[in-house]
Amino acid sequence: MHLATYLGLLHHAEHTLGSAFAEVGSKHRDEPDVEHTCRMLSGQAFSHEERLTSIVERYGEERETEPERLKAAEFTGARSGAVGLLRDLQDLYSLASFVDITWTVVGQAAQGLRDRDLLDTVSSCQAQVATQLAWLQTRIKQAAPQALIAAR
Amino acid sequence: MGDLRDRVADVWGARTPHAKDTAWPVRVDQELSVSEAGVDRWVQSACVLCSNGCACDIAVKDGRMVGVRGRASDRVNHGRLGPKGLYGSWQWSDQDRLTQPLVRRGSELVETSWDEAMERIVAESKERHPLRHGFYTSGQLFLEEYYTLAVIGKAGLGTPHMDGNTRLCTATAAAALKETFGSDGQPGTYDDIEACDALFLFGHNMAATQTVLWSRVLDRVDGPDTPVVVAVDPRSTPVADVARRTGGVHLSPLPGTNQALMNGLLRELVEHDWVDHDWVGRHTLGYDDLAATVAPYTPDKVAGICGVPADDIRRTAEIFGTSGRVLSTVLQGFYQSHQATAASCQVNNLHLLRGLIGRPGCGVLQMNGQPTAENTRECGADGDLPGFRNWANPAHIDELARVWNVDPLVIPHWAPPTHAMQLWRYVEQGSIDFLWISATNPAVSLPELPRIRDILVKDDLFLVVQDGFLTETAQYADVVLPAALWGEKQGTFTNASRTVHLSEQAVDPPGQARSDLAIFLDYAHRMDFRDNDYGPLIHWSTPEEAFEAWKDCSRGRPCDYSGLTYDALRGGSGIPWPCTTDATDGTDRLYSDWVFPTEPDVCEDYGHDLLTGASTTPDKYKATAPGGRAFLKAAGYTTAPEHPTTEFPLIATTGRSPYHFHTRTKTGRAPRLRTAEPKVWVELSKPDAERLGLHEGERAVVESRRGQVEAEVRIGEPREGVVFLPFHFGYWDNENGPPTAANELTVTEWDPVSKQPMFKVSAVRVRKAGE
Repeated sequence: MHLATYLGLLHHAEHTLGSAFAEVGSKHRDEPDVEHTCRMLSGQAFSHEERLTSIVERYGEERETEPERLKAAEFTGARSGAVGLLRDLQDLYSLASFVDITWTVVGQAAQGLRDRDLLDTVSSCQAQVATQLAWLQTRIKQAAPQALIAAR
Repeated sequence: MGDLRDRVADVWGARTPHAKDTAWPVRVDQELSVSEAGVDRWVQSACVLCSNGCACDIAVKDGRMVGVRGRASDRVNHGRLGPKGLYGSWQWSDQDRLTQPLVRRGSELVETSWDEAMERIVAESKERHPLRHGFYTSGQLFLEEYYTLAVIGKAGLGTPHMDGNTRLCTATAAAALKETFGSDGQPGTYDDIEACDALFLFGHNMAATQTVLWSRVLDRVDGPDTPVVVAVDPRSTPVADVARRTGGVHLSPLPGTNQALMNGLLRELVEHDWVDHDWVGRHTLGYDDLAATVAPYTPDKVAGICGVPADDIRRTAEIFGTSGRVLSTVLQGFYQSHQATAASCQVNNLHLLRGLIGRPGCGVLQMNGQPTAENTRECGADGDLPGFRNWANPAHIDELARVWNVDPLVIPHWAPPTHAMQLWRYVEQGSIDFLWISATNPAVSLPELPRIRDILVKDDLFLVVQDGFLTETAQYADVVLPAALWGEKQGTFTNASRTVHLSEQAVDPPGQARSDLAIFLDYAHRMDFRDNDYGPLIHWSTPEEAFEAWKDCSRGRPCDYSGLTYDALRGGSGIPWPCTTDATDGTDRLYSDWVFPTEPDVCEDYGHDLLTGASTTPDKYKATAPGGRAFLKAAGYTTAPEHPTTEFPLIATTGRSPYHFHTRTKTGRAPRLRTAEPKVWVELSKPDAERLGLHEGERAVVESRRGQVEAEVRIGEPREGVVFLPFHFGYWDNENGPPTAANELTVTEWDPVSKQPMFKVSAVRVRKAGE
C-alpha cells in the first residue's frame, strides 16, 4: 500500500506551507493584513501536520523515499516590495494548491479504506485549505494591478 | 413642550416619559443668539454632527446663521436637538474660515485664484495613470457630492482607489449587513425603540454618541413598561447605569474579546433552545455550522476569555432568549475592535435565531458614527459601488455602464474597491502620488499618527485638501480648496435609519468658498470627462439635478430613491428609503416579508470568510442557493494582535465626548462646547490609578509602541486594565503643547472583512507626567 508514501508527502507539504506562510508574514510586516493572516494560516498548516500524527500511527509514513518524484515544491524564501509581495503570495498559492490536491488523493484512499476518521480529517483540513486558497486569490487580485501598473 | 435648559449641563434634556407602543412625545429644542422676533427667516435642514440626523431649522439674521430649532414634525427627533446640534451646528460659522484657494510655494501656503488652483490640480492629474490617483473623502458631505465624486472616480478617471473616513466609522455596519442579509441597508428603524421589550447596546455608548436617540430611550425607561436594557461596554457608561437600573446587565468584556462573548451568548440560546427552528429553517442558511462553531463557548470558558462573570453571560442570554420584542444597536465598541465584522454578524445571528426582525420592536440597528456615512456607502464614494452594486457581478457593472453611458471596462471592478488603509499604504509606497482629501482630517483621525505624518510630508505626493478650515491635514497640502459647509450649500443626506433629509442653503459661503459639489463639477469639466457619445459624462450642474441623476442610478436597488423629490422632502418629515413612485412615504423597516436580498443577481456582495476575509467566489455563492434566506455566518474567537504585555500592561480604547465631534474642527470653535470639554483627558479604573499612584486631575503620560499622549487623569469609568482616551484633541489650537491626539497610540491593524481599523485595542503603559 502506497498510502504511507502519500502521507509522508502530505506531511512534508503541510510543513513547507506552514513555514512559508510564517516567513511571508514576517517578511511583509508593513502589510498588517498579510502579516496577521499569514501567521494565522501558518498555525492552521502546522495544526494539520499534528492531525496527521494519529493517521500516521495507523498507516505509517514513508518520507522522501523518492525525493525527486514525490516531494512538494520547495519555498525558497520571501521577497520584498509590491511585486515581491505578489510573487510571494503566488508561491503560497502554488504550495497550497499542492497541499489541496494531496488531501484529495489521501481522501480518495480513505474512501477505499472506509476510514471514517480519516475522511473527517480530510474534509475539515481541506475546507481550511480551500479558504487559504480563496484568501490568497482575493489578496493577489487586489494587489496585482497596483503592483504591475503603478508601483515604482 | 419646549426645553430651553442648558444642554451642556443637561445633555439629554427634560424627560417626556411614555408607555410602550405610544408615540414619542414632541419636545422642541431651540438655541438663538438673537431674540426670536429678530430672526429674519428659518431655513430647513438637519444636523450633521452625528449619525442621528436630527431635523432642524436654521435661524438666519442679516445673512448669518444665528441659531437653530428642532423640527417637531420629524420622525427622527420629534423636535429635539443635542448639545452638538444646539451649539455646534452653527456657532463655528464665522471663525477663521478658509476663504480663498491656497497653493504651496516652498514651505508656505499662499493665496491664489480658483482658476490657478484648479488648473494646477488638473495638470497634475492629467500626467498620471488613473491608478496613481486616490480620493479620500468623508462622512460629512451631501449625497449629491458623493455621487458626483463617485462618477468622477469610477467612470471618469477609472480608479478603484476611493474611500472615505467612513472606513473608520461605518464600514463594519455595512459589512455585517452584507454578510448576513446580502446587501447593505439598515433593517430596523428608530420607531422600534417605542415598541421593544428589551434593548441591547453592543459596544454603543449611545448616551455620548447619539444623545437625542438616547433621550428617546430614556423616555421609554422612565415610562411604564420599561424595557430591559443590556450594555456591552468595557466602561461603566450612563448606558451601563440604565442597564443596571432596568434589571438588565452591564457586560464589561476585555477589549478584543467580543467574538468570544457573542459565541457564548449564541451557545446559550442554542442550549436552552431559545430558537425558532421553524423560522430559522425557512428564512436562514447555516444553522448547523453556527451551532457547531459556538458549541465550545461555554459560559465558564467565555468568562475566562472576556473577564466577565459566567452568570452575567447566562442572564444576558436569558434576557435575549425570553423577551418578547428585542431591539439591538451596535457601534464602535464592536466596529473598531478585533474581529469586528464577525462579532457584528453575531448580533444579527441572535435576532435570526429567534426570528426577531422585520417587525415592530424587533430589529437590528447597525449604526453609523457620521451623519452622511450612509450616503458614502450607497453612492459609492467609498469602497463600494453606487446603488449597493456588486463589484463581482458583471451584470451590475453593465447596469452602471448603461446609467453612465461608458465602457464597462472603465469601471474598476477587478477586485473590491480599495479600502482606506490600503489606499494610505499605496501612498506610503508611492504607487499613489495624487491624493485628494475632502472634508476629513486624517492627520488626527487615522491610526498611528506618526506614520500618517510621514506619509503626508512625502515629497513625491501631490496632495489636495478641500475643507472649511485650515486643518492639521491642510497644513501638508500642495493645494487647499476652501469649501462651503453646512448651511452654506444645498443637498440631501441620509441618517442611520435610512431617513433622507434635505438641507437647504441658509447663507452664502464665506469669501470665495464653494460647495464641494461645485468643486467636483469644476474638476470634471476641466478634465473633460466624456461618455460613449462624446457628451459630458457628468451632465448635471445643481444639487437637485445631481439628486435626479442619483435617483436613476438607485432605481431598482435596495436603496431605491426613485420616488423622492426635493419638494417631497420640504415642509414635513424626512423620508426613509426605499422610496419608489408606488410608495412615496418610504419604508419604515426592511424585511417585513422576511425575504432578504441574498439572491445572487440582487446581492451586493458574495460574502467572505469571516476569519481571513477571503472572498466567496460567485460559483460557490450561487451553489448555496440562498433564495432570499439570510446567512447565519459563524467564526471562532481568535486573540487580538495587540494584547497586554509586561512592558505595555494596559489596553487603551478611544471614543467620543457628547460635546465634540471628530477632530473638533466645528465643535472646538463653538464656544459653549469648547468650554464644556476644553482639553484631552485619560480615564483610568480606580485600582489601576492606585497602583500607578495617580490622582484625579493630575497629568499622566500614556505610551504605546507607536507614540505618546499627555492628558489629565479622570478616575472611574473603565474596567480594570483598560484606559480610555477621547479622540477629538488634535493640534490646530494646541501647536506647541504636549501630544494630545489619541491616535498617536493606536495601531495600524484592521478587520479582515470590513477593513475598519482597530482603534479600540492598543497596548499602553501609563505614568505620571514629569517622572
